[in-house]
Amino acid sequence: MTTANQAGPQHQARRRWGEWLIENTVRLAGVSTILIVALIFLFLLKEGIPTFLDIPLRQLFSGRWYPIESLYGILPLLVGSLLVTIGAVIIAVPLGLTVAIYLGEFAPSWLREFLKPLIEILAGIPSIVLGFLGWVVLAPLIQNLGASTGLTAFTGSLILAYMALPTIISISEDALYAVPKEYRDGALAIGATEWQTIWRVVLPAARSGLVIAVMLGVGRAIGETMAVLMVTGNAANIPKLGAGMFFQPVRTMTATIAAEMGEVAQGSLHYSTLFGIGIILFLITFAINSVASRVVGVQGSRRRGGQL
Amino acid sequence: MNKIEVRNFSFFYGDFRALKNLNLPIRKNKITALIGPSGCGKSTFLRSLNRMNDTISGTRAEGEMLMDGKNIYDPDVDVVELRQRVGMVFQRPNPFPQSIFDNVAFGPRVLSTASNGDLDQIVQESLERAALWNDVKHRLTDSAFALNPGQQQRLCIARAIAVKPEVILMDEPASALDPVATLKIEELMRVLAVDYTIVVVTHNMQQAARVSHFTGFFWLGELVEFGVTSDLFSNPQKELTESYITGRRG
Ligand SMILES: Nc1ncnc2c1ncn2[C@@H]1O[C@H](COP(=O)(O)OP(=O)(O)OP(=O)(O)O)[C@@H](O)[C@H]1O
Ligand SMILES: [Mg+2]
Repeated sequence: MTTANQAGPQHQARRRWGEWLIENTVRLAGVSTILIVALIFLFLLKEGIPTFLDIPLRQLFSGRWYPIESLYGILPLLVGSLLVTIGAVIIAVPLGLTVAIYLGEFAPSWLREFLKPLIEILAGIPSIVLGFLGWVVLAPLIQNLGASTGLTAFTGSLILAYMALPTIISISEDALYAVPKEYRDGALAIGATEWQTIWRVVLPAARSGLVIAVMLGVGRAIGETMAVLMVTGNAANIPKLGAGMFFQPVRTMTATIAAEMGEVAQGSLHYSTLFGIGIILFLITFAINSVASRVVGVQGSRRRGGQL
Repeated sequence: MNKIEVRNFSFFYGDFRALKNLNLPIRKNKITALIGPSGCGKSTFLRSLNRMNDTISGTRAEGEMLMDGKNIYDPDVDVVELRQRVGMVFQRPNPFPQSIFDNVAFGPRVLSTASNGDLDQIVQESLERAALWNDVKHRLTDSAFALNPGQQQRLCIARAIAVKPEVILMDEPASALDPVATLKIEELMRVLAVDYTIVVVTHNMQQAARVSHFTGFFWLGELVEFGVTSDLFSNPQKELTESYITGRRG
């Protein structure tokens, strides 16, 4: 018999009540968060659904976005978002992973200690500042390279890549760092070179962390609005297919919502179409996240020793 | 015949001298056991033989380790090639988080010593030699982590012999295993010694006595005594050795 078990019934009642209170507070917090998210989504649906009911799908996915003439083709916006994002991914992912590998595997430790916080600070630069920089510095540069205007999809991609890089670098470096030393030793002891060890053992072992790093980085890029609004030229047309594609002005879905939301009459078709674009954006993000968590999930079950 | 000849070898972690002027032979196709109390430098010595200590910054080696007459610390030695010739098995089984097949195929793949058809053959041979083939032949694509610790350690042995090394270093290869798995590893070492030169670190004196042909006793970074295992255990020359193996010290 321990003395703790012999506390009086009064004390026990108080303790039970305290448990009850804490448990339910936590539950309330959890449930209300879910509820709020659900409400936001319902609101988005309620405002946006008319888009898909009132505008024939054929027209919705056509190439002309002229709300003044009641032409609501969102294809240019989709293509614009796609171009800017793909461009950003093509720039940011290889660059970010390379820097992370350099920092995690090759850089002397004093340099890593110095650079890592610095890179994390970069993530804190407000996007409007980056947009401004892009507009003042990048755009003239790109125009000098021979584009008809400096405000292009590529300019947006550069800015977005820059915004995604700190996240990608920082989280990938953490993921590489978490790979046990025993794996590296095992590979080196067989006679693998340092690069072979990284490529064939460390990177695959860190895969789930690397995927998360890329997703978080790209996630920031897809949802980004202000900087993109400033530097992509805001022309709602579909760039001609080809290599020059990236060097034409485009307009993204997010920029469209931000730029036009202030001017529309509440309840109008234009208004609900902007929400409709929001729904599509949401679905795209959701799809990307599901794919990512599946990739990570496969890795997870492998760690636990399941089938490959 | 000596596979490796260690001459006046010292090793430093920064200013700390972990190995002091060692001299000993490693006999070809024999098992050499290294015993001694914790922290006496057994692992450091083992990791000097394939220059794994090079991966730790601030370390330095003095003296010579002649393998087939060539000093492995000469500036013109290719460390990557050296490690292929001198394989290593670690204290804790460390398979890669990959399939059983990929683990064994890792070495041949990075060294591109095998075409794809040969690869299957090499993997099978290596697993057979490591006495693991019958356990895993129907699940080569399973994760290596699905194996129990004893099997994982034998997988690591298979992974090491897949690149056909000349020497195999084992750092307390059975210390993380149960008695049955331990006996299997010892059995395996005896079989492997026919083709390979083996150096094994062990805390377990019975194991050293059971399995090895030669034994070196380390104490505070020095090699106190070295000799034929049966002699060293039955008739130690130094008092320190005797008190250690009879359990009075260490
Ligand atoms: N990376 C390192 N940096 C600095 N000192 C080290 C390092 N590794 C080992 N040492 C020191 O070198 C000495 C020998 O260590 P080593 O690991 O070789 O001993 P060991 O005989 O293998 O011990 P154990 O039986 O516990 O494995 C110890 O004093 C240890 O503290
Ligand atoms: Mg040790």
